This record gives sequence, C-alpha cells and structure tokens, in this order.
Amino acid sequence: MKIAIASGKGGTGKTTLATNLAAYLSSSRQVVLTDLDVEEPNSGIFIEGETFHEEKMYVKVPEWQEDKCTLCGECRQICNFNAITQIMDEILVFPKLCHSCFACSELCPVEALPMVDKEMGQLRHIKENGLDFVESKLNIGEEQAVPLISQTIEYVDENFDKPILKIYDSPPGTSCPVIEATKAADLVFLVTEPTPFGLHDLKLSVDTMQKLEKDFYVIVNRDGIGNQDVYQYCQDENIEILARIPDSRQIAELYSNGKLLFEQVAEVEQELKKVEKFITERTKRGEQ
Amino acid sequence: MKEIVIISGKGGAGKTSIAASLGMLAGQEAILADCDVDAADMHLLMQPDFAHSEDFYSGELPEIDHEKCINCNRCAEVCRFDAIEVIDGKYEVLPLECEGCSYCYHVCPIDAITMIEQNIGQLYRSTVKTGSPMMHARLDIGAENSGKLVAKVKQEANKIAEEKGLDWILVDGSPGIGCPVVSSLSGADFVVLVTEPTSSGIHDLKRVYELVKKFKIPAGCIINKADLNPGKTEEIMEFLKEKGIEYFGDLPYDKNFTKSMTAGQTIVEFDEKGVGKKVEKYWNKIKKSATGKH
Repeated sequence: MKIAIASGKGGTGKTTLATNLAAYLSSSRQVVLTDLDVEEPNSGIFIEGETFHEEKMYVKVPEWQEDKCTLCGECRQICNFNAITQIMDEILVFPKLCHSCFACSELCPVEALPMVDKEMGQLRHIKENGLDFVESKLNIGEEQAVPLISQTIEYVDENFDKPILKIYDSPPGTSCPVIEATKAADLVFLVTEPTPFGLHDLKLSVDTMQKLEKDFYVIVNRDGIGNQDVYQYCQDENIEILARIPDSRQIAELYSNGKLLFEQVAEVEQELKKVEKFITERTKRGEQ
Repeated sequence: MKEIVIISGKGGAGKTSIAASLGMLAGQEAILADCDVDAADMHLLMQPDFAHSEDFYSGELPEIDHEKCINCNRCAEVCRFDAIEVIDGKYEVLPLECEGCSYCYHVCPIDAITMIEQNIGQLYRSTVKTGSPMMHARLDIGAENSGKLVAKVKQEANKIAEEKGLDWILVDGSPGIGCPVVSSLSGADFVVLVTEPTSSGIHDLKRVYELVKKFKIPAGCIINKADLNPGKTEEIMEFLKEKGIEYFGDLPYDKNFTKSMTAGQTIVEFDEKGVGKKVEKYWNKIKKSATGKH
C-alpha cells in the first residue's frame, strides 16, 4: 500500500501528519516514510535514527566534445528547452534548463554530445525500530525537482517489498512535482486547514486528484480555527474527512521544537487511530 | 521603481499575509504580483476584479496522427519519460508524463507527429481594493513551465509599473527553492524573508537564503509567530547577524491572522492599532533598505 500525503498550500501540516502517522503506525507494522518535498524536505527534522545509507543523486546532461563537433547546429535546433546554444564556433550547454530527454545526444550525427552525470542532490536512508525513513535534498541552485523525486521513488521501490506500507510526504502545489510524487500512490490524503487559504488550495488539490483519477480523502489540520467552509465543501462534494487534528498552542510549540505530537497529545493519537483503522480496512480489502 | 520579493522557503510562514499587508500600506504607489502561481492566495485578501484575462501559452505537446501512424514504435522507444503508450492498439501521448521535448517528433519516419503549443494557464490583470494594479495567474493542473508563467507575471508587472510611474513592485513568491522561486527572484532589487521560529522554518530559511545569496540580492527578515518559541527566535536572529541580513522585527503568534483572513482582510486592516502598527513600521524600514537610504 502506497499513501501520498499532499496539499495545495504549503504549511498546512503535510509533514506533521506524515511523520506522526508513520511513527505511530511503525509500532504495529513495518513502515517506510519518504520525503519527496525535495526542495524543502522537513520530515527528517522529526525522525531520528541511524543512517543506513547515503548517496549522491545524479541526472544525465549532455557534454560538448569540441574535437568531434562539426558545428552542424542540429542539437540547438532539436532542443525544445533552449538548453543548447551556439556562439561563434562553440556549443554551450545550460544544464539547468536541460530535461535529460537525450534527443540532442542521440540525434547528433557525430556523437559529439555524450550524456554525463551531473549531481543534483543527496539521498539519505535512516532506520529507527520499525520505521525506515528516506529523504532526498535538491542541491541549491538546481531548478528541476522532478528527476530527483522519481529517482527517490525508484530507490524505495527497489529496496522495499510490496506488502510494506509506504508513506510519501509530497511537495506542495499542483504542478509537475506533485504529480510525480502522487501518481504512484494507491491513496492520497489531502491535508488542509479550515481557512479561506486552506479551502482555496484544497479545491485545487481536489481538481488535481480528480484529474489523476486518484482515490483521495481529506484530513483537517488546526481544526477549530477559521470557519466552517472547508467542512461544508467536503460535505457538498461527498469527500470523506478521515481525521481532524486540533489547533492548540501546545501542538504548535511541540512542532516548533521538531517533536512528534501523538506521544504527548492524546487528541492527536485519537485522530491517528481513526486513520490507522481506515488504512487497516483498506489493506484488507485490497488483499481480498 | 524597486522590485521587492517576499519569500519564505517554507509554506505557511505568513508570506502572503505579509505581502498583502505591505500592498495595503503601499496603496497606489505599488503594483502587486502574485508569483505563487501554483497556489495563488493573495487575491483572497486583496479582492482583485479580474478585469482582464488572457491565455498563457508555453511548451509543446506531441499529437499523433493515427491515420498516418504505421505503429513502428520508434516514438515510444526514444521517449525517456514513458509518455507514449499503446492504448487499444493506438499510439497515444500521456500529457501528464510528457515533458514536451519533441524527440518523438524528430524520429517519426513518416511525420505522423505534430508538436502543438500548449495553453498552460491564465494571466490576469486586475485592480485591487486599494485601487492599485495587480498581476496574477493561474497555472493549469500538472502544467510544466511554472517558472515561465512567473517570469511573465513579473514582466507584465514591470511594464505597468513603468507606464504608471509606480514606486514599488511587490512580489509574493512561491515556496521551495526550485524553478518558480528562481524566476521570482531574478531581477529583484530586494528580498523580504518571512520565517517562523520552528525547526522546519529555520531549515527552510537557510536553504532559501543560500539561493538569494547566489543572486546577490540584499535581504531583510521578519520573524513571524516569534513568541511561539523564543529559543528558536534567538537562533534565527543569530543566523541573521552572522549573514548580515537586516532584521526588521517580529510578529506575534496571533489568532487575529486567521480571523483577518477569514474576514477577507489583511492584518493591517483587521488589527490596525495592534499587529498592524508593527507591520507599518517594518514597511517603512523595508522602503528605506530597498532604496538604499539608511
């Protein structure tokens, strides 16, 4: 079972839910939590454990071989991302604009643009009791998050068998990084807060999940602030709300110190129990 | 004319609330630009009229002519994104997978593939409740090129500011450090970093500041929700000092932020005498720093 935890708006509690849920569930089953918010990964702040594996992550980009090049100009005409240009008798490659499609490299008539590795980030795998935690961090200055997200998912798929519960902490928004992070998931939990910003961005997320034909559910964070519009919207749209994490200063303070909530706040544990029950029933139904 | 970008790295730190408040205070001296095109929220506080809208085109997607296609499989073979699939015996492009690289188009032996320019979102030109102009946008779901839409929003905002002789361009940036953020920062004169005293907030502030530094843009910082964790607030202030980032001041962890948002107002309208006063003070400091008049 793969569960992606997502939200349109940043700062609504995606990471809070992902880390607490993963840690809570790991007392009764094996769980792997993966932070796919590679631009600003925060799950690792809440998870402590032994580093099991670390590696640099690479993406392929073309490298110009001056001695082979005939300056025919094919490559810069082919590239749809303006990542290749020619100045006088020199070909310039802009790796940050490159999407690693290989077109320039493989269509070059004289093989003057071989694809080479370029570092884009770091992957870290941590183990703590029943919990495995994997995160990737995009190097600062790198603009393309999608290749790192997809390689991180590949790492998890290669290292863990199917029956294990996989939880993905997704990036915020509705564009390419979120699609990449949620497309492989069996279930998506959309985290929102009951405010006008929360509702507006929840609607965008719902549109996204409907377009992807995902099985999705809502979890409300900071229940008690704002107004009733999010609840009304979910009722009108027939979207099930699985849990409501309350708003309190105690929770905000625990979070600010990088602490998990459920061990100290009984209401949070109560709500996670509801989510656990839902996941258990879903897993059983899937096995039948 | 100075362009000020408000960013935070981490979502939910109060970037949009503060950007809109600065917009309120600047009134008709400023144009607003919402560059969080993925999840644009500034309009909820500033009530733009959406007076003018246009489609935004960027990038291309292939279209396969099934009449011509000879099922040679070349397109699917070369695609690095698994974006071409055989569905009911026909070669189809999966738009959410496709990056628009056109490799398939170049290798098709019988020219059955056409590249079609894509409408990836809408661009809006509005007037907000202060009477000042605002540029904003809506990126379509799963669209590529959000960075290009951000660049377009900024370019148009600059044009209007020039025409109307405005003093300020106030840009609400997007979360993260990737392509939309890079586009938000490019060409900016000053950056306002909004952060919160949480472990995540500090982590993200440090990463986004590394990016700001690469652009060599001067920056200042507002610590939101400062009283939530005085120890972490202290830690942030030390970081600011060490990096030579100007510290404008703090804002409290205050329920009025949510209340004002629910009322469709900025904090400077909702709590004019309290938190609003502080924001006003910071705006005056920002103006001085952004113009280099200390």
